[in-house]
Amino acid sequence: MRRGPWLWAAALAVYAFLYVPLAIVVVYSFNDSRLNAEWVGFTWHWYDVLLHDEDMLAAAGNSLFIALVSSLSATALGTMAGMAMHRYGMRVLAFMVLTPVAMPEILLGVSLLLFFIQVLNLTLGMISIMIAHITFSIGFVAVIVRARLAGIDESIFEAARDLGASPWETFRYITFPLILPGVIAGGLMAFTLSIDDFVITFFTAGVGVATLPLRIYSMIKIAVTPEVNAVSTLLLLTLTMIVLASRFAPDVLRGKT
Amino acid sequence: MSDEHANLSPAARLTKWLVSGPPFVFLLLFFVAPSIIMVVASFRYPGEFGGLAPVAAADPATLQGLTLETYRFFFSDFIYTEIFIKSFFVALATTVICLVMAYPLALLIARSPKKSRDLMVLLVILPFASNFLIRVYAWMILLGPQAALSQLVNGVLGAVGAGPVHLLFSPFAVLIAMVYVHLPFMVLPLYTNLEKHDPSLLDAAQDLGANAWRRFWHVTFPLSLPGIFSGSTLVFIPVLGMFAIPDILGGTGDMLIGNLIKEQFLGTRDWPFGSTLSIMLTLAVLLCVWLAARVGSTRGRYA
Repeated sequence: MRRGPWLWAAALAVYAFLYVPLAIVVVYSFNDSRLNAEWVGFTWHWYDVLLHDEDMLAAAGNSLFIALVSSLSATALGTMAGMAMHRYGMRVLAFMVLTPVAMPEILLGVSLLLFFIQVLNLTLGMISIMIAHITFSIGFVAVIVRARLAGIDESIFEAARDLGASPWETFRYITFPLILPGVIAGGLMAFTLSIDDFVITFFTAGVGVATLPLRIYSMIKIAVTPEVNAVSTLLLLTLTMIVLASRFAPDVLRGKT
Repeated sequence: MSDEHANLSPAARLTKWLVSGPPFVFLLLFFVAPSIIMVVASFRYPGEFGGLAPVAAADPATLQGLTLETYRFFFSDFIYTEIFIKSFFVALATTVICLVMAYPLALLIARSPKKSRDLMVLLVILPFASNFLIRVYAWMILLGPQAALSQLVNGVLGAVGAGPVHLLFSPFAVLIAMVYVHLPFMVLPLYTNLEKHDPSLLDAAQDLGANAWRRFWHVTFPLSLPGIFSGSTLVFIPVLGMFAIPDILGGTGDMLIGNLIKEQFLGTRDWPFGSTLSIMLTLAVLLCVWLAARVGSTRGRYA
């Protein structure tokens, strides 16, 4: 049973279950047929269609812009939250930071929709999407930063204080360099979450602005063509690279590899 | 930490507020306030043109417009309770299937040499990095009427004389995609738990004559219960509120709580009722978390 053949077989079957569906999406993005049914021949056609699809390109631009702004903001706020939670406990703040992460996404989506329209009287669009993305990303950044802080020997901060460093100097020269890998990992996480989010964006986007996931959703719902496969393949490639970067960047920054 | 708080210097206190203030204010505004608004909205009447009846209306009659009407409506028609029960069972089934699939994989990773573990974990996370909709869309292709899987199933059914079935737009499609999308949430906490097990316990069990099955059932499994509970929570809760998968892969009868809520907010625009449904979902989630925590703590004592 330790690592017997049955365990290997079961585990490999699960790996196959994880990868086969995605592989099929990628393969059909090169298929010279409108239907995702049988293999006809190799083509770049769907990528060509994609690159001339103004709506899709605009949506991709929106997604990137939103992800950039919201991940930077969420990284700043999340780092602060992580530090506050680590240093001062602050159970109320911890509750506020972690609950949006733990509850079903739709709840945050509809409550923000209600709040934006009924209370702020805000026209839904870029701003509302960004606020929503920041709200659910803060928790992820905070958790990563707090975990990083928990691994640091407290006496180093005491030493800095004894040597006369101000709180700002301690942060600037001691704390920040030490938590930087966590901050970067958290930021990348927030970026991926933002670019990937469908549910919360769906409720806070309104009619004017489309992000990439919203555009993909309407294509899947209305008219499926292999253009969806092409955009999926490109997205898959991009996000895989981000995940790999977030895995390996911290090591590189610490000068380990 | 409260005693430490009492003797903070003014500078340290300022630092504390500078660090905790911005995220606190942001979340107060965009998480706590919207949640409160939702609770209030669930006790309001719907507006004439959708949304809510105006709060600050000139007409004082609408100002006092708080009502239990939406809650009465929820319990007046059994169909809503039924959808909640159905969602609960879909979430339960997804959790159990995820557990059965994730366990061997997590076990294998935990028992692999340290060097290959990171790569094996990464291989679990990687498909998870693709967009959620793409992972759902993949099953649209795989279960489509012309796809090999449908041909095979209907070929077999045809051979035994049964009529053809549609795999797509069915409860089966919803369930398989739910499992597919949430599987990594189960693998990772399980692995984190299993990795910490001391292998000498299994050696001891073996020396005492336990066979592979007894070693698993009496040693590994009870020790992994905390991992099972955290994984189950991570799968169960998002599935309970999921609307996109039934929306894309389900048929007309496969509506879950999430679809019902979405319909109230974006379709019929009955926001008070939508809020009521959201509150009910929140309560259901809290109940499940509480139950899991209770069961987890009592079982933990024996483990």
